[in-house]
Amino acid sequence: MSEEFKIEIVNPEKSFLVKEDISEVVVPAFEGEMGILKDHISIISFLKPGIIKVFSKSGNENYYVEDGIIEFKNNNLSILTSSILNLSDIGKSKQQDLLKQAEQEASKPDINDQLKYLIDQKIEVLRSIN
Amino acid sequence: MASLDDLKKRIASVKSTQKITKAMKMVAAAKLRRAQESAEKGRPYSEKMNNMILNLSSGISDKENAPKLLSGSGNDKVHLCVVMTSDRGLCGGFNSNIIKKAKSYFAKLVEEGKDLKIITVGSKGNDQLKRAYGDDIIANISFKESKHANYFDAEKVGKMVIKKFEAEEFDVCTIFYNQFKNVITQIPQAQQIIPLRVENSEEDKSEDSYEFEPDEDEILSNLLPKNISTQIFKAMLENSASEQGSRMSAMDNATRNAGEMVDKLTIEYNRSRQAAITKELIEIISGAESL
Repeated sequence: MSEEFKIEIVNPEKSFLVKEDISEVVVPAFEGEMGILKDHISIISFLKPGIIKVFSKSGNENYYVEDGIIEFKNNNLSILTSSILNLSDIGKSKQQDLLKQAEQEASKPDINDQLKYLIDQKIEVLRSIN
Repeated sequence: MASLDDLKKRIASVKSTQKITKAMKMVAAAKLRRAQESAEKGRPYSEKMNNMILNLSSGISDKENAPKLLSGSGNDKVHLCVVMTSDRGLCGGFNSNIIKKAKSYFAKLVEEGKDLKIITVGSKGNDQLKRAYGDDIIANISFKESKHANYFDAEKVGKMVIKKFEAEEFDVCTIFYNQFKNVITQIPQAQQIIPLRVENSEEDKSEDSYEFEPDEDEILSNLLPKNISTQIFKAMLENSASEQGSRMSAMDNATRNAGEMVDKLTIEYNRSRQAAITKELIEIISGAESL
């Protein structure tokens, strides 16, 4: 039996990625990174800023996300996100821009703790890929 | 009867109007294709979002403590209506259909003694509503600068609505938009987004339970605000497709009418030219006869 499952990443504008030969996906879930293999229990969780790692036969891909919700059911993984970027598509300058933007947001005085946590996460992730 | 010169001028002016309406039709047709495409592409997101909320809300254990966006604030006093129209005119009945729908809804609310608050999206709606309901309009948002409906704009509206809800400025929120059915048919819709109406289809009650991380309340309270933005975005996409469709058929009609008018005027022009020639001939002949 094959050890593959299906992934679908959608953003509000379109279906971002649909693939059938996924062997493993690592998502930055809110309470820590989570690896998903075939026949994982049905789960719903939401994402914090981080990298989605997709491992498949046709090659591995990394995506940067800022938020989102994932649902895994019957070996279908759906990821809904409003902000997703393919890491290999965005150049260094874009990454720097995002980082700068995040740092600016972090320096605003009127943010609450949860937002602060998310922005810190974002900065950390962006620094690590730079 | 208008003189030959006048008729000539009128024909020329109708012809140039026809050229404009024809060009607008072409532009609308091209834009329509794009808008329709993005409306179709945007559907999976809102459908999936809906499914998840359905799954979550049926699994929620404690109905009492459910997030307010789902259960409502407990009152039914102040209604917020988000009326979504276009920024540009010349698109047939597109805007007036939404406004008509919205106005009849407003009238019902006022009759029931409810308080009314209106947010207009798009300047045309604001223009038409400010005369009758000027005092109730609390905000007017317009996206004249952005070429296409984009999620960023929708999120702005969504955040504004949520902020107002959290400040307890209203109890029920309804959005008005045109649903795109096909090029000639657009159906004005009134959709309640707060509190969310979850249609509980019986057969969809899947027995397999989900694992939630963190717990379902937290996910739900995170998901619901996103859903508001998503619904608004969906409405914007449907609206922009409808607007172009409506404009296309309106301009098609206008082009056809202009064509008919040119035909009629040309006949009239030819007749009066003929009449003038005949008159001249009669004058010459009767002049010759009298000699």
